[in-house]
Amino acid sequence: MRLLDRFGRATSGFFEYAGGLTLLSAESLGFMGRLRIRVNETIAQCALLGVQSVVIVMLTGLFTGMVISLESAQQAVSYGFGGFVGGAVAYASIRELGPMLTAVVVAGRVGSAIAAELGSMVVTEQIEALRSMGLEPTRFLVVPRLTALLLMLPLLTIFADVVSIAGGMWVAQTYAHISYDSFLASARQSIDFSDVLKGLSKSFAFATIIAMVGAYQGLSTRGGAAGVGKSTTGSVVIAIILIFASNFVLSFLLFR
Amino acid sequence: MDRSASKLIARLDNVSLAFGERVVLKNCSLDIVEGAITCIIGLTGAGKSTILRLLDGLLLPSSGHVYVRDQDLCHMSEEQLNQVRRKISLSFQFSALLDSLTVGDNVALPLRERTKLSEAEIRGLVMDSLESVGLTNAYDNLPAELSGGMLKRAGFARAIVTGPELVLYDEPTTGLDPIVTNLITDTILKLRQKLKGTAVVISHDLPSIFAMADYVAMLFEGAIIAYDTAERIRTSTNPILVQFLQGSEVGPIPI
Repeated sequence: MRLLDRFGRATSGFFEYAGGLTLLSAESLGFMGRLRIRVNETIAQCALLGVQSVVIVMLTGLFTGMVISLESAQQAVSYGFGGFVGGAVAYASIRELGPMLTAVVVAGRVGSAIAAELGSMVVTEQIEALRSMGLEPTRFLVVPRLTALLLMLPLLTIFADVVSIAGGMWVAQTYAHISYDSFLASARQSIDFSDVLKGLSKSFAFATIIAMVGAYQGLSTRGGAAGVGKSTTGSVVIAIILIFASNFVLSFLLFR
Repeated sequence: MDRSASKLIARLDNVSLAFGERVVLKNCSLDIVEGAITCIIGLTGAGKSTILRLLDGLLLPSSGHVYVRDQDLCHMSEEQLNQVRRKISLSFQFSALLDSLTVGDNVALPLRERTKLSEAEIRGLVMDSLESVGLTNAYDNLPAELSGGMLKRAGFARAIVTGPELVLYDEPTTGLDPIVTNLITDTILKLRQKLKGTAVVISHDLPSIFAMADYVAMLFEGAIIAYDTAERIRTSTNPILVQFLQGSEVGPIPI
């Protein structure tokens, strides 16, 4: 009985969470569709959530590109396939690792910040104050963050892609003596513009996941400082799981 | 003031409300007289703040009705509630100022978001509102830089800047020293004069309550058990009121 009870609670909790997240997303996208966006706040959030993430995203991209190149270049050269290393690095970066790792890093840095900020606003009654003034917290707080991430995550992904390929090119040249020209020629052969667009389209989905999970976790915070901590941790864990799961689904749909 | 002959601005009608298994209000009825200051007293955790949130439409009752200007809040969409909330202001116990905005921007927020006034007009109204609470010097301060009393007054300034018909004060004097408590009480009285509106105040500070209240309502075990003019409440022989007003441990209120 106890097991059934637990299972029942977990199932209803899951559907409650999924329903709440879907409603919040629909409400936010509704405001965006009607262009009810606070422009100044969105610009401020672009700086806060996007520009301040540039360094960490570029470092992640750089070392990812370098390690793919390091692992593949020596093997490829020893089997006489050195000319394919550029393609391997560009393929992996643009289609998979660029969008996904950028999203994971941003989920850790930005998703948690959104959850913590909104969560502390809940426990200090600031959200209730907005409602009592007749202002919609979703339009006021969630829409600017969602819009900012939808603008900034694809840009961050482009930075990560470029830096990743550059890092891979440097390692390939340094350790496997693959020339820059050969590396770039291989990259161009493996990847076309549609791959770049498909990779970026993943970023839009990931941006929505990060913003909405962070906002929902924050807005559903209960129980003071401990509750804010729980919401923050939860936002990162849930966003990363959803990013990995949706990455599989999107890759299946886009690159089949 | 004869309550029965007065015009009502808001009314709770047989309201019950429970949070999970915990019943907070049970068939609670309360009339809010237009133009008067009504203070609600009661034990800590009795549900006084819940009444303010019901009057502002932030909470809806499990049963019963909440009327503001004869409009039943229980059957309204969030958009309609937002329209009603524009006539009402709630001043929160801990002020609830947005900590990312300066005091000036906090006070200006409802004007910027809800009106089409120019920035110059908004600044004028904000300064006027801050002047009413003696805080003109705090315009550029962040909430974290203010003392408890200043925070409360900044919250008042935000509550009155739109000229609401009904102002709800949630424990405005809690945690303040006697001098600041007097200052806050005077400020509430001054604001009532200025706005010519109605106020509902929740407080535990009896001298402050009897200094400002036209009516006092006592909430006990989820219902209003006494509601009369401040003078009659002060001289009431109701044993619950007597025990509460005297702060005695002996009497019908279980400790």
